[in-house]
Amino acid sequence: MAIIEARGLARDFTSRKRTVHAVRGVDITVEDGEIVGFLGPNGAGKTTTLRMLTTLLRPTAGTATVAGADLLRDPLGVRKRIGFVPQAIGQTMGGTSDNSLVIEELFDQGSAYRVGRDETRRRAAALIEQLDLGGLDQRYVKTLSGGQRRRLEIALGLVHQPQVVFLDEPTTGLDPQSRSNMWEHIRRLRSDLGTTVFLTTHYLDEADALCDRLFVIDHGVIVAVGTPDELKRRVSGDVVTLSVNGATQAAWSLLSESPVVRDITVADGALRLTVDHGEEALPVLLRTLDGAGITMSAISLSRPTLDDVFLTLTGRSLRDDSPGGADRDDTADGAPALAGAGGAVAGTVAGTVGKE
Amino acid sequence: MSFIKDTLFVFRRQQRLILRVPAFVIVGVVQPILYLALFGPLLTKLPAGTLSGGSGSGGTAEAYRFFVPGLLIQLALFGSTFVGFAIISEWRGGIIERYRVTPVSRVALLTGRVMRDVVTLVVQSTVLILAGVAFGLRAPLGAILLSYVFIVLVATGLSSVSYATALRLKSEDAFAPLVNSVVVPLILLSGIMLPMTLGPGWLQGIARVSPFRYIIDAMRDAYAGQYWNAVMVEGLCVAVGTAAVLLWLGSRVFVTENA
Repeated sequence: MAIIEARGLARDFTSRKRTVHAVRGVDITVEDGEIVGFLGPNGAGKTTTLRMLTTLLRPTAGTATVAGADLLRDPLGVRKRIGFVPQAIGQTMGGTSDNSLVIEELFDQGSAYRVGRDETRRRAAALIEQLDLGGLDQRYVKTLSGGQRRRLEIALGLVHQPQVVFLDEPTTGLDPQSRSNMWEHIRRLRSDLGTTVFLTTHYLDEADALCDRLFVIDHGVIVAVGTPDELKRRVSGDVVTLSVNGATQAAWSLLSESPVVRDITVADGALRLTVDHGEEALPVLLRTLDGAGITMSAISLSRPTLDDVFLTLTGRSLRDDSPGGADRDDTADGAPALAGAGGAVAGTVAGTVGKE
Repeated sequence: MSFIKDTLFVFRRQQRLILRVPAFVIVGVVQPILYLALFGPLLTKLPAGTLSGGSGSGGTAEAYRFFVPGLLIQLALFGSTFVGFAIISEWRGGIIERYRVTPVSRVALLTGRVMRDVVTLVVQSTVLILAGVAFGLRAPLGAILLSYVFIVLVATGLSSVSYATALRLKSEDAFAPLVNSVVVPLILLSGIMLPMTLGPGWLQGIARVSPFRYIIDAMRDAYAGQYWNAVMVEGLCVAVGTAAVLLWLGSRVFVTENA
């Protein structure tokens, strides 16, 4: 049985008679043990969806089962079984207190989930080890580096050994080294503990490197689902670029006949071929040219990036976003409360939402 | 019962965190002592009976029996209504959401914090009462114990509503003017500095709106040795009622906010 199963999950925000459809009926199925990514630009509805699945936000419509508990009828059951690591950048931070000690945060989290003290001590020690927090347990949270603090926040999401953990933008704001380090930790969650991981990201490389499967969301709608490779293949196929010694024209006519080649162009004296499966096409192309006695001077295979995928699916590039920007779909969430607080604030919020 | 356990859990965490930064607890108690030292002496010079509506003996005894209950309520009013600021920064730190996804009762996230504020206020009030005694306050022990009952009730209600309002607004810029525009009139209309009976009829009429007016009157009667009369019953009813309503409102917000 799927560990997360959502049907028609939707959330509207109403601010000053304007209704913003932040999430418009998404269907999500995640199998036990998957690492699934929710990919989309800022304001696409990633965080709103995550907040619905973690009982922080009541859906306007739809149903969901998370870790065997019904989201609407048994939110407490959901809370007991899931871990949640909030995003650490933007409107709200990652949930640790500056003036707590690292070990206190871990123990508090254990108490919150009714894990016994001895058991918490054992698990905290294991998490400190697993997440490279060794030697930091008696340090104040405010003295940690960004990467250390983020790892602590992830450790907090795991103290009660949840079946599924939700990570909201786990690496946003981290330096490149901490990011790849964090990916390793996230992979180990699954391999060592069998934890299902549901994460949101607006980093393509992260989605590509980390996730078994991706949901691409834009304007509150899931526009594509699949493995990173499937998604890339759907878009444009792989590109083989090759240079031959002299016989470019001959190679061109020969290769355009090849059944594996979808498209062929010449650019800067090199042949640019679009193929469906690059790794399968390469040997075929090599044999074809070899059989005709044409020698190559260079060959390369490049796959489309998820950015190409995104561009094709949504008509805009993920890279258009301001780097490290907060996932602003939370602003919509604050809007109803702010509306009463003053026109200027509410106006700004409406403006932000409108821009998206 | 898990709700009580949850409340104690939140209380202990909050208590630990506040003791790490005790500055504002200290600042909170310095202010009423300043009032006691710098304003109290003015009251001792008033003619006998001015502060107590005719029955007092005047001088230091009457002045502090009048003034200390007022300052206690002022301490509770200021201390408790401003607690909301802390929850805005906790919310911004993601701490509220972190606990909202745990099995910890969402009401306990409120009651644990309120309990911390009540304990803080009881400590501050003790300092204030002891300072009052040093300045010349003489009141029955029963009255002083009774004033703790009132302080606890006032702090419970006001802290709850302060947290709830702040959590709704999520902005210090919106919360600060709101608190000020509520607290200052409440303080002025409660007769903390001077008895409302000195004012004209219309002002006394408006002052009837402030629940703290009744509470202060009851406390002052107790300090003057009158425990069981209509004023006391009225004061206790208003205190319990206000605390209950505000606590209930606060709980609603904590349960439903964003959920």
